[in-house]
Amino acid sequence: MQRGTLASGFINHMIKLSFPFTEEKIRALKVGDEVLISGIVFTGRDAVHKYLHEGGQLPPGVSLQDGIIYHCGPVMMKQADGSWKCTAAGPTTSIREEPYQGQIIHDFGVRGVIGKGGMGDRTMAACQQDGCVYLHAIGGAAQVLAECVKKVRNVYFAAEFGAPEAIWELEIADFPAVVTIDSHGRSLHQEILNASTAELTKRL
Amino acid sequence: MNHLLDSLLELIRRTSAEIPEDVNQALIQSLENEKKGTIAESALKIIEQNIALARQKSQPICQDTGSILFYVDCPVGFDQITFGETARAAVTLATKKGFLRQNSVDSLTGKNDGTNVGPGAPALHFHQHRSPEVRVRLVLKGGGCENVGAQYSLPIEKLHANRDLDGCRRVILDAVLQAQGKGCGPGILGVCIGGDRATGYELSKTQFLRLLQDRNPVPELDALEQDILQTANALGIGPMGFGGKTTLLGVKICAANRVPASFFVSVSYMCWAYRRQGVELDATGNIGQWLY
Repeated sequence: MQRGTLASGFINHMIKLSFPFTEEKIRALKVGDEVLISGIVFTGRDAVHKYLHEGGQLPPGVSLQDGIIYHCGPVMMKQADGSWKCTAAGPTTSIREEPYQGQIIHDFGVRGVIGKGGMGDRTMAACQQDGCVYLHAIGGAAQVLAECVKKVRNVYFAAEFGAPEAIWELEIADFPAVVTIDSHGRSLHQEILNASTAELTKRL
Repeated sequence: MNHLLDSLLELIRRTSAEIPEDVNQALIQSLENEKKGTIAESALKIIEQNIALARQKSQPICQDTGSILFYVDCPVGFDQITFGETARAAVTLATKKGFLRQNSVDSLTGKNDGTNVGPGAPALHFHQHRSPEVRVRLVLKGGGCENVGAQYSLPIEKLHANRDLDGCRRVILDAVLQAQGKGCGPGILGVCIGGDRATGYELSKTQFLRLLQDRNPVPELDALEQDILQTANALGIGPMGFGGKTTLLGVKICAANRVPASFFVSVSYMCWAYRRQGVELDATGNIGQWLY
């Protein structure tokens, strides 16, 4: 078993997805595609989603237009020079943002949502209508994903929401994820749920 | 020099950064079983790389360093108060060092003071025994998997779950179906049949202290554990819910007495990032040996 670096066996068929995340690039993606994401992304989780949904404004310097929001509460260590180092950065469960996500995609021009566990019908509808995808990162893989964070550019709302809930502006490179909800009305989560429910019914 | 503080700090560091060997072996086996070229295989490869990287860098396997659950076996007369104070100090220190995320939030104000110490945090469970050893086991349980835990009150008509072992089987498999994708599979189930609402969940979590490859000494429970494991892995849910052969790595079930009116089945779900370690302490508070 290969350890320490990304195994070369599966990296070849991955699709490179780089900032800016234009509608054309996003519409080209299909459920099941494995992507390597590079560019600027902003973290946002429960507190940020609730805040934006209630009419809160993004702080100056943060734009989600053609951008990606990452459901993540990282571990950040402040360095001696005042900069931040990301030491763990896996995705958090996305379904908690289902009440808010569709509207935020629509209102802020979001093209990609990175998270884990999938999302529901309203997010899927927004992906289809507005041209967005759900990118499933590997839950728990905090170290592999922290290695993909090349720079912590800024942090917003740290005092208001606390470090895990803050908006962190991250520069990422070759961040691996799988498209599980595309902009064409397909959801891998829905398909697996239907298939596994049918399999379970046979076995009860 | 506080040996107990140093020992608990090292227990926290190792629990957060190093997956126990029994779990690692099960993950390696599941990677071998998955079909080549699938996204399930990719997911497990990344998981394996992550395990190696966390160990090498001595950093958290998962950024959600979870609820901090101490299970302490101790002799009669053991000073639980001093242990609790030292455990809280070790948790605060481990958070400063980045072994734990600032992960404990005041439920009323929403404030996170960054210490991981507060009402109910960390959780300490003491168990007295009539021998001199002090054993400290630690489980760090992330919120994603904690949120997909479920407690069923039988009978449940829509699941055709009656108050018998078949009813237990039906609700446990329902929990697996409902958890798909959300709990960072492949997962491990800890289940308690019976008890009350509090002890049911409490005992279901103690099942995570068992070795993954052990077998249940109670024949009915052993058969149910094996059945649930095989059935769940035939559902095609797979790692991360991407589809595939590995939905669960293990199932551990215990039973507790109930009152005639109640029949609870409490299911706790543990993610693949199964952070569980333990130490036996010597008389000075130093680590005598590791338990996993």
